[in-house]
Amino acid sequence: MSMPNRPDSLILRVTGHFLLPLLIMFSLFLLLRGHNEPGGGFIGGLVASAAIALHLFFTSVQSARRLIWVDPRDLIGWGLCIAIASGLFGMFSGLPFLGALWVELSVPIFGMLKVGTPLLFDIGVYLVVIGTVLNILLALAEAEDA
Amino acid sequence: MNSAVALQTTLPILIPLIAGALSLVVWRSRQLQRGISVLGTGALLLASIWLLLSVYDNGIQVMYAGNWPAPFGIVLVADLLSSIMVLLTGITGLATAVYSLATISKKHEHYGYYPLMHLLLAGVNGAFLTGDIFNLYVWFEVMLVASFALLILGGERAQMEGAIKYVTLNLVSSAIFLSAIGLLYGLTGTLNMADLAVKLAEHQDNPMVQVVAMLFLMAFGIKAGAFPLFFWLPASYHTPRVAVSSLFAGLLTKVGVYALFRVFTLIFPLGDSLIRDLLLAMAGATMLVGVLGAAAQFEFRRILSFHIISQIGYMLMGLALYTPLAIIGGVFYIIHHIIVKSNLFLISGLVYRLQGSYDLKQLGGVWRSHPMIAVLFLIPALSLAGLPPLSGFFGKFIVIKAGVEAQHWWLVGIALLVGLLTLYSMIKIWAEVFWKAMPEGATAPAQQRGGTGLMVLTIVALATLTVLIGVAAEPVYKLAEYTAAQLLDSQSYIQSVMGVR
Repeated sequence: MSMPNRPDSLILRVTGHFLLPLLIMFSLFLLLRGHNEPGGGFIGGLVASAAIALHLFFTSVQSARRLIWVDPRDLIGWGLCIAIASGLFGMFSGLPFLGALWVELSVPIFGMLKVGTPLLFDIGVYLVVIGTVLNILLALAEAEDA
Repeated sequence: MNSAVALQTTLPILIPLIAGALSLVVWRSRQLQRGISVLGTGALLLASIWLLLSVYDNGIQVMYAGNWPAPFGIVLVADLLSSIMVLLTGITGLATAVYSLATISKKHEHYGYYPLMHLLLAGVNGAFLTGDIFNLYVWFEVMLVASFALLILGGERAQMEGAIKYVTLNLVSSAIFLSAIGLLYGLTGTLNMADLAVKLAEHQDNPMVQVVAMLFLMAFGIKAGAFPLFFWLPASYHTPRVAVSSLFAGLLTKVGVYALFRVFTLIFPLGDSLIRDLLLAMAGATMLVGVLGAAAQFEFRRILSFHIISQIGYMLMGLALYTPLAIIGGVFYIIHHIIVKSNLFLISGLVYRLQGSYDLKQLGGVWRSHPMIAVLFLIPALSLAGLPPLSGFFGKFIVIKAGVEAQHWWLVGIALLVGLLTLYSMIKIWAEVFWKAMPEGATAPAQQRGGTGLMVLTIVALATLTVLIGVAAEPVYKLAEYTAAQLLDSQSYIQSVMGVR
């Protein structure tokens, strides 16, 4: 279902449907490898927002909103809360604000997995970036359709 | 490291951040956001009192963020100047939050007024507390981004006009600031302010140091609204909501002043240098230009905006004279000014609520209809002009006495003249708004019920503080004295941050 004032392109629609899950997975990959290698919450969030933006190009604003199923503004708030909370964990254990805590989990198949509060911080950033970018994009798209 | 210390120094930044994040989470509910804003700023005020008491008793408090040791990680350093500024932020923040309950429209709240307000407070406190020059830049930007958005919230034409000047000049200043940091890092290889002070002592003869110091003077001079690049301030401060104007007037330029005090006592101590002569000239010109600009204005908030500039001159004069007494005067002046100036803006908003205009020619007769409000105006207005026994008298007196001792006669002359002209300006407002009869044809708007009580409450609270600072000037002077001693003894700051080696 494409909006009348957007060009309807078969190629865009078909590739878009394929690319959307790939881009989302790539953004999660960037998010998770971020601490020790290039990547992180910010760039991951941008890739995820780009994926939604691509979806927006060949569908409608309503469809894009259904796709993310929460209001982008909620993402900003919750993302900020998660990022701040990641700094607080250290404070409860006697470290200063943003002091990092790490735990090693043994996960079947993958082996040992090191998880820590910096990952939580990155997840918060990831959500804030998605929320902010989509909030702006959707507002602009709505203004264009109106 | 003591975890209470870590908590104390972090809370003034953390509380507004959390409050801002929470008000974003509950963006659907106005009531919850309003509740969070008052609770958050209230908690901020308590935390800042706790911090000041602790710094007063135990000396400089240092927090190593993320447990990274100095000079590699980012440190938060609370000395007396920082904690006083944080306390003043807490006071202004709470006053603004309560005042906002009565004055901010649904539309503004819907567009995120409260989260932005918290973000602004977090940025201001971060700038006051950080001990890292690049981190200072980051907090400046946090503060500016929040202030840009607050400035244009509502989207009226005048707001856009003001915002363009505000944004442009502040971005220029940020660019200069950033280049200065880059040069400094190239020179010394460090960003930690205490470490910079140590490393720069080895570069005394390098002319590059003078260049960098000059860049900092320009960057912070713009942010502080000092002569010659102050145009952005009177162009923009009268355009947003009064609560926003009041927050800006109280805090934003003072962050620039704080940065000047910090940088030119710790990193580039002002000796008999070219910078000092420049700063002296800037102080004089800032005082004079501000007050002359105000004399030509007939809009309530524009007059007040120009007076911010002239008052900044007194603070710069305190720094530029660079004697212990002068620094005491500068610190005292900042304490006095933030409270008085915020309050005057709040009063202009109250008058607007009563009579529906900011134009002096459209206003009149408030003395007859609301004598209490007239009295409430007189307290901060006369304090601003420097009449005893109000807080402004002592601030001016100390700065001018320091000027006499240092025998800078022309600067003392300007300071006295500007005091007189400030009185003229305040009397102009008094005569036009409060004394003269309501002009023909001007009709008061239909009384909007509800809320004026809260407005009056905040104004009374701030006016009481002004009177208290005047009546109990002795303890405040003592506090300013310790602060000045701490500022001039940069070794204690360096040792607290870097540890004794």
